[in-house]
Amino acid sequence: MSTIETPESGEPTNALLDADAVRRFADGKHADQSKFRRFLNRNRPALGSALVAVLMLAIFFAGDPTVFSNWNIYRAVLIGLPVVLFVVVPLVFVVTVGEIDLSFPATIGMTGWVFALVVQAGYDPFVGFAAAILTGLVLGLCVGWLVVYANLSSLIATLGMNFMLRGLIQINTEGKSIALSGLQNSAAYKLFASQAFGIPVSFFWVLLFIVVCAMIYNRHRFGLRVHIVGDNPDAAQQMGINVRLVRLQTFAFVGLGAALSGVFAVFINYTWWPTSGDSYLLPGLASVFVGGTAPWGGIGTVIGSAIGAFTVSFIQTGVVGVGLSGFYVQFFYGLIIILSLLGHRWNQIRYR
Amino acid sequence: MGERIIELKDIKKSYGQVYALGGVDLHVDKGEVVGLVGDNGAGKSTLIKILAGAVKPTTGDILVRGKRVPNWNAAMSRSAGIETVFQDRALAVQQTITWNIFMGREITGPLGFLRAEKQRDEASRLMREIGFTSKVFGPNSIVGQLSGGERQGVAIARAIYNQSDLIILDEPTTALSLTETAKVFHFVEQVRAAGRSILFIGHNIHHVYDISDRFVVLDRGRVATQITKKELGSAEALIKFMEELAHPKELTEARPTEGLTA
Repeated sequence: MSTIETPESGEPTNALLDADAVRRFADGKHADQSKFRRFLNRNRPALGSALVAVLMLAIFFAGDPTVFSNWNIYRAVLIGLPVVLFVVVPLVFVVTVGEIDLSFPATIGMTGWVFALVVQAGYDPFVGFAAAILTGLVLGLCVGWLVVYANLSSLIATLGMNFMLRGLIQINTEGKSIALSGLQNSAAYKLFASQAFGIPVSFFWVLLFIVVCAMIYNRHRFGLRVHIVGDNPDAAQQMGINVRLVRLQTFAFVGLGAALSGVFAVFINYTWWPTSGDSYLLPGLASVFVGGTAPWGGIGTVIGSAIGAFTVSFIQTGVVGVGLSGFYVQFFYGLIIILSLLGHRWNQIRYR
Repeated sequence: MGERIIELKDIKKSYGQVYALGGVDLHVDKGEVVGLVGDNGAGKSTLIKILAGAVKPTTGDILVRGKRVPNWNAAMSRSAGIETVFQDRALAVQQTITWNIFMGREITGPLGFLRAEKQRDEASRLMREIGFTSKVFGPNSIVGQLSGGERQGVAIARAIYNQSDLIILDEPTTALSLTETAKVFHFVEQVRAAGRSILFIGHNIHHVYDISDRFVVLDRGRVATQITKKELGSAEALIKFMEELAHPKELTEARPTEGLTA
């Protein structure tokens, strides 16, 4: 294929090891590592957040072994966890691309509302599901358009959209919830929200979602471009990547994830509330960073952030389960967030 | 001369009221090395960014192999066989060498998933080909861990993948050590020998003179002259010409008559 002649196409020689290379060799950053060490190195943030989760569980277990050896306390967390995870994973993409999206709670509310309205009108829940996903994508594209093409700051624009969409819900529903009594008997409910082997089925769905997203993040063209754009948008543009399109796609992806969250939240309680999604804003965001995704963009981990979401979700149950009053919950949220960030900061080298 | 790879006609670029380029004509033929020189602010970087499609000209035509191409952009520049090694190298430093080489031109299999093994093997072959080899870094090393010369190697490896017809090198020897500079020159010779073209931008006139066949001198957004190596004769002649551009004779001779000295 190549026509270029190389003077020394064979093995690299020692002459090419300059002083700088020797230093890095001494630092242990050479390429000839064992597979295990390479694995450890590449997955440091994810392994770090897994360690935090295990430590937290161990501490809670030591606090009250009888409560924490009962499966029900874990099942309680697993029921609510998918709702967070469906939105935390797409948030990893947005943060990696160098933006932030604070509009997802209102999108969860909006998409859940659309789902509830469609089901209430007598359509099959699958139709409602499709309508919710379409709504999520459209809302994500709107938010993305404001940030990418209208050049607004993502922090402020998405916060504004969050207020505006939530406000629209409040105006139209006047605070009234929608109960869907027939939902439990539908085929969709059995498929998405029943239990199997003592585990909520929704948990298996979200696991599938995480695996697919992790593959897209690490092994797909889109994931590669998300990394590159977040790392160096100028370089990405100069190399012919459509930077704006990649950014827009990540926002649409959050809209999609929020739609899944919104629908699964309705499935849990057969009821949609006008405040649906509101409580996920800060825990959802915290999960992304607790999991080891870097706030400055360009690097992150889907698996790690998913584990981070478990950690953050478990704190509330754990604190109460261990016998402390609910007043301790916020303190432990803060403690875990700060300790995780310190750990990740120490663990990651930021290259410029 | 051979086939005309690219031609810029009457390219103008203005930032508000300020003209960075005021009507530039430039062409590169197959197999030639063109040296683009000029003082700071002459418009060299703007010109090559326009060639690479990273910046859109205000007016002017871009012709690829004789055909006018509207709405020129970076992706089109690359698919037309033009690769650019930017002055800042345009690397994503938190990513691997492989990802940097294949950004914007990923090797994908079904459903757009990356063919990671193939990309890694190609990256490792390319790095070996240009002589930037080491036991210390592999295709999965993070670019941020590399030295300046090694990073330049990644940028060059990216440019030679795909057998591009024209490689634009924007001050490729700036901030490089002597051995690393020698590697870059060696690379230019390889590309010339393979019958491909290079547009070489440099501040060091001796460097540019040694490797170029033809010179384009830019001065305040215009082409001051286009001259071949044969016509020029020596690097000193080029330096003298550029000094005269910077300090026009009339002006220096005019000063004494104004009575400021003597």
